[in-house]
This record gives sequence, structure tokens and C-alpha cells, in this order.
Amino acid sequence: MNINATIIGQAIAFFFFVWFCMKFVWPPLTGALRERQKKIAEGLDAADRASRDLELAKEKATQALREGKEEAAAIIEQANKRANQIVDDAKEQAIEEGNRLKEAAKAEIEQEVNRAKEALRAQVAVLAVAGAEKILGKSVDSKASAELVDKLAAEL
Amino acid sequence: MAAEGGLTTSGYIIHHLTNLTFGKLPEGFVRYNGEVVGEGGTWTIAHGNEAATMGFWAINLDTMLFSVGLGMLFIWLFKKAATKATTGVPGNLQNFCEWIVEFVDEQVKSSFHSRNQVVAPLALTIFVWVFLMNLMDLIPVDWIPYLAQQMGVPYLKIVPSTDVNATMGMSLSVFALIIYYSLSVKGPKEFIGELTLQPLGKWALPANLFLEGVNLLAKPVSLGLRLFGNMYAGEMIFILIALLPFWIQWVLSVPWAIFHILVITLQAFIFMVLTIVYLSMAHESH
Repeated sequence: MNINATIIGQAIAFFFFVWFCMKFVWPPLTGALRERQKKIAEGLDAADRASRDLELAKEKATQALREGKEEAAAIIEQANKRANQIVDDAKEQAIEEGNRLKEAAKAEIEQEVNRAKEALRAQVAVLAVAGAEKILGKSVDSKASAELVDKLAAEL
Repeated sequence: MAAEGGLTTSGYIIHHLTNLTFGKLPEGFVRYNGEVVGEGGTWTIAHGNEAATMGFWAINLDTMLFSVGLGMLFIWLFKKAATKATTGVPGNLQNFCEWIVEFVDEQVKSSFHSRNQVVAPLALTIFVWVFLMNLMDLIPVDWIPYLAQQMGVPYLKIVPSTDVNATMGMSLSVFALIIYYSLSVKGPKEFIGELTLQPLGKWALPANLFLEGVNLLAKPVSLGLRLFGNMYAGEMIFILIALLPFWIQWVLSVPWAIFHILVITLQAFIFMVLTIVYLSMAHESH
């Protein structure tokens, strides 16, 4: 165990290896490590963002669905209302039409009755005159009696 | 094992703890086999305790070979991962490397608060390199040295961190960085002030210098010797276990090896953390 020049040789070797390590080994390896760290951080960030986006999209989808349902419900309700309205309108129209027809029929009937009455009245006058002629046995002054009969007929 | 090759027990242990040292033997030195070194000395591989005679200008070939080889393995592996680094799904190798890089980066961030591009790669290099060097300890002590011996290499210590030169080489490099950053970040004035004007005030300057000097110098010494001591002791236990009869060795070596997995990782970790802390102290003013 003697101290000899090996100590110098070892020191030279030592400095060479340290220099080499500093120049060619350390920078690329730590560089790769740092780079990878950055990449992973970015990846995690992206994943976070994506999950946030997904959450947002889900929310949007449910909202759209809800809106769609609401709209559909409104449309259906409106349609129902309209259908009811149409039916009601139709009913009203029908009633009106019926009433109108009834009125018309009534008017016609009244007219008919009046016409019949007139005809009857005219005939009643003729009959009354004929009856009176028969009863009196003679002809009645048709002109004077006609006036009388007309008065009578109008009273009927 | 001990009896093989005519080695005694202590001979076996010493053999396993001797580095493959290449250096110059002085003229007139009587070698292990009785030869006398000729005129002008000779450059050769040390046998026995010849390394002591070689003095400072000798080199442990095995330590250099394995430490540089393992360092190369480290930078090759991590460079491969770094070249193919993708920000997408990482492969197995990249995953593994990134795991270590992140672990080291976390340690640096938790104890080093100034801005410095060197500290984190430095910590990574120390952690992985020291771990790999320590890991050689788990290879059964006889395998590679025995193979080497068959190929004519007399000594081979395959765990570089059991060589005090290797650990001190690193800790002194760290020490140099401590001094460098102390001077360049704090400035010479403040650095010298820290060494001399505290903790006792300016009238006790010699005492301050002594205390702070010891404090400063203890850093590289403790850093290097802690690693060395732990690994050396661990290696020693493995060697002692290897002296037992082969059929009983596993009873001790397996638990020790499993325990050692913890030790080698822990020592690499401690070396790294202390380096970060020391450099952090070099950056921060008190």
C-alpha cells in the first residue's frame, strides 16, 4: 500500500469522466426528463380540458332535449286547442245554420198560413153570400153585401 | 486455496493485497529473486514489497486498468442512453439511467442551493463510478487474480477502491474543486477570512487558522480514507473467508456478500453526498 503516481492518474481519469458526463451525458438525459415532464403535464391538462368539455356538451345536450320536449308539448297543446276551437266553431255554425233554417221554415209556414187564411176568408165571403142568398131566397145586392162581407171577413 | 502454489496463509493474504505496480528500481537494489539491479536502475513490475522502494513515481497498473475500464463502462452506458434519449416512452436502459440521474439530481437539489453546472454531473460520475469500482468486490476474490496468474501476471487487485491511491485521487480532486470554488465564488479575501477570522475572532488568528485548516484538510482525507477503509476491510474479510475449506466458504461468504451489496452502495452514496455537501459549503458564505 504505497502512495504513488496512481493518485495522479486516478485524478486525471476522474476529471475526464466528470467532464465527459457534464458534456455528453447529463444535459440530454435531464433534458429528456424535463421534456417528458412537460409533455405529461400538457397531456393531463388536455385530459382535464376534454373532460370539462364533455361535461359542458352533456349539459348542452340535456338542455336541448328539455327544450325540444317543451316545444313539442307546446305544439301539441296548441294543436289540441285549435282542434277544439274548430270543433266549437263548427258546432256554432251548425247551430246558427239550423236556427236560420228553422226561422226560414217558420216564416214560410206563417206565409202559407196567411195565404190559406186569405183564401179561406175569400171563400168564407163567397159562402156567406151564397148562404145568405139561399136563406133570403133572393139575390142580395151584391155590391152592398160585398162590403159587408168583406168587413166580416176582415174580422175573422 | 491457501496451500496451493506453496503459499502460506499470510503469503496468500499479502498476495491478494498487493497491487500490480510498475516503477523504477534503483541501481544496486537486490530483487526478490536475488538479482541485482544494474546500472541506471530498471523499470519493471514490482514483486513482493519492491513497490515501497519504487517511491512515488510508480503506477498501479491494475488500479488504473480497472478504474478507467469501469469509468469507460459508465460513460459508454450513459452516453448510449443519452444519445437515444427520447421524450416519449423510454426504453429499459434509458429508464434505468434516468432513474439514477433523477436520484442524483434530487440529492443535489436537496443539499446544493447555488447554481453550478458541474456539481450534478460530478455527483452522478462519483456515484456510478465508485459503485462500479466497489462492485468488483463481489466477484469472488480468487477468480480474476487466478486467471491473471495463469497468464503470467504476478499480482492483480481488481477492486480499485481498495487501493488508497484511487480513493485519495478522487478525494483530492474533490478537494481541488473545493478550493477552486471557494476562491472563485467567495473570492480569495473571504475564503482567507473564513480560514483565519473565525471561530475565535481576529485576535486568535493562529488558533483559528489551525482549527479551520484541520477542518479543511480533514475533508479530503476523511472522504478518501472512509471509502478506502470500508472497501479494504470488506475485501480482507472476503480473503479471510476464502482461506476456509471450500465446502464451508459459502456459509460465510454469501451472507457477507449480501451485506456487502448494502455497503458498496452506501459507500458510493456517502462519497457522493459528502462531495455535494463540501462543494455546497464552498459556495455559501457564512
